[in-house]
Amino acid sequence: MKRQAVSNAHAAYLRRIRRDARTVRLLRIALLLGFLLLWELGADLRWFDPFILSSPSRAFGTIARLYRDGSLWLHIGTTLLETVLGFLLGTVLGALLAVLLWWMPRLNRILDPYLVVLNALPKIALGPVLIVWIGAGMASIVVMGVLVSLIVTTVTVLNGFLAATDEKQLLMRTLGATKLQTFCKVVLPGGVPDLISALKISVGMSWVGVIVGEYLVSKAGLGYLIVYGGQVFKLDLVMASVIILCVLAALMYYAVAFLEKKVRR
Amino acid sequence: MQSELLTFSDVSLSYYTVEGETTAIQNLNMTVNDGEFLAIVGPSGCGKTTVLSLIMGLLKPSKGSIRFSAPDLRLGYMLQRDHLLDHRTVEKNVLLGLEVQHRLTEESRARAIGLLDRYGLGSFRTYKPAQLSGGMRQKVALIRTLALEPDLLLLDEPFSALDYQTRLNLSDEVYRIIRGEHKSAILVTHDISEAVSMADRVAVFSARPARLKEMINIGFPAVLSPLERRKQPDFHDYFDRIWKELQP
Ligand SMILES: Nc1ncnc2c1ncn2[C@@H]1O[C@H](COP(=O)(O)OP(=O)(O)O)[C@@H](O)[C@H]1O
Ligand SMILES: [Mg+2]
Repeated sequence: MKRQAVSNAHAAYLRRIRRDARTVRLLRIALLLGFLLLWELGADLRWFDPFILSSPSRAFGTIARLYRDGSLWLHIGTTLLETVLGFLLGTVLGALLAVLLWWMPRLNRILDPYLVVLNALPKIALGPVLIVWIGAGMASIVVMGVLVSLIVTTVTVLNGFLAATDEKQLLMRTLGATKLQTFCKVVLPGGVPDLISALKISVGMSWVGVIVGEYLVSKAGLGYLIVYGGQVFKLDLVMASVIILCVLAALMYYAVAFLEKKVRR
Repeated sequence: MQSELLTFSDVSLSYYTVEGETTAIQNLNMTVNDGEFLAIVGPSGCGKTTVLSLIMGLLKPSKGSIRFSAPDLRLGYMLQRDHLLDHRTVEKNVLLGLEVQHRLTEESRARAIGLLDRYGLGSFRTYKPAQLSGGMRQKVALIRTLALEPDLLLLDEPFSALDYQTRLNLSDEVYRIIRGEHKSAILVTHDISEAVSMADRVAVFSARPARLKEMINIGFPAVLSPLERRKQPDFHDYFDRIWKELQP
């Protein structure tokens, strides 16, 4: 999407900002490479004990080994499935709850303090309860992912709806609009930006919920690998899992950001 | 001989809040004629917007009644702020009222777009409101109201958020549009010269609770534009008269 320059000075300006963007990109990559290099060097030169802190070569070696013995995709797939399920369910249910609360202001007033408390409560504290109720399986983990993202989605989306309603409601009344029309034509489109910020928040939240869920109960998944690696002092396995997590979380975040760009236009 | 469009008889309205009771309008008697341009002036907070809300039916009188000459009189309300929807294009904003009232047909759409063309916004049809100046936005809001083909237009301080230059030009243009479309109109304003430059009659309201203090006929011929009216010798006489009436 290159902009056409309208004058020489403008062309120089465009060149300048492009060069600037390139510099930032290069420095970002340099930072990552520098970090990995120092980590590796530190382990090789025994600045620290690689048994405790691992090293990039050992971590990537572990990933390669997991790949060879076929368990890599099992762990990634398990965690990814749980997270995507938790994220989608949490977002859809949270958004529906927000619609309901917008539609029924009285209900909103009644539930408001409960929402505040639930929002402030560390949902992770409910983990043991979930295991008892739902059982020590994948369902518990998904529900954890849902719980962590649900309330924050509801609160963010509802606030967006209310902000979009406020002043435009009078206009819609003068035009003779019904409540459903006001919702469809004003509130919902006006709330889209907040819906998307909610997505961005809840995608991160779902990772938290799922990894913690896997700490508590699981036989597969990245959270399982981390806990297991910690227990048997295989820090290479822990670091390898964390690196994979970083990549996955980033990919999912950018997928949402990409969606945002599509919707904004 | 002019026929009446609507009549206020002994209308009162009170607002209730936790703090207490605010009587915004007390025993208001007033008539609006068919085809006229009526301006309402009064101090800030006296109850002008409340009068428009009553006509529009958004509020019910606490006492008294408002009688319409025709029960199916179509009303168009232009609020103080333009309230354009940011996510819709200019064209879709203009069609909003028609959509809501299920009156969007090929014909009504063509008419609304014709209004945009006629009043200099045709080339901005696909723009978003954020890309328009304040004056243009206000004009889009007016056309959104006109698209509903109202018999009576209610204008609540439509120019108050604009700078002076834009305000003069736009009031000229709005006057031309309203006269051109043969509408009746009620313009609420706290700007005396705006009222004198646009209206056939000016209703002067007292401070809250609003009563009709004085109804002043403005004798300019309708063919004169607001800017031309401002240059008439008796413009200042009208101004002074209203100004004195508004003194507490
Ligand atoms: N919804 C409301 N609740 C309580 N008081 C109100 C409300 N709307 C207006 N008022 C009060 O009624 C009076 C008249 O208001 P308004 O008609 O908006 O005045 P104006 O348009 O002439 O400035 C003001 O004193 C205002 O504070
Ligand atoms: Mg007002």
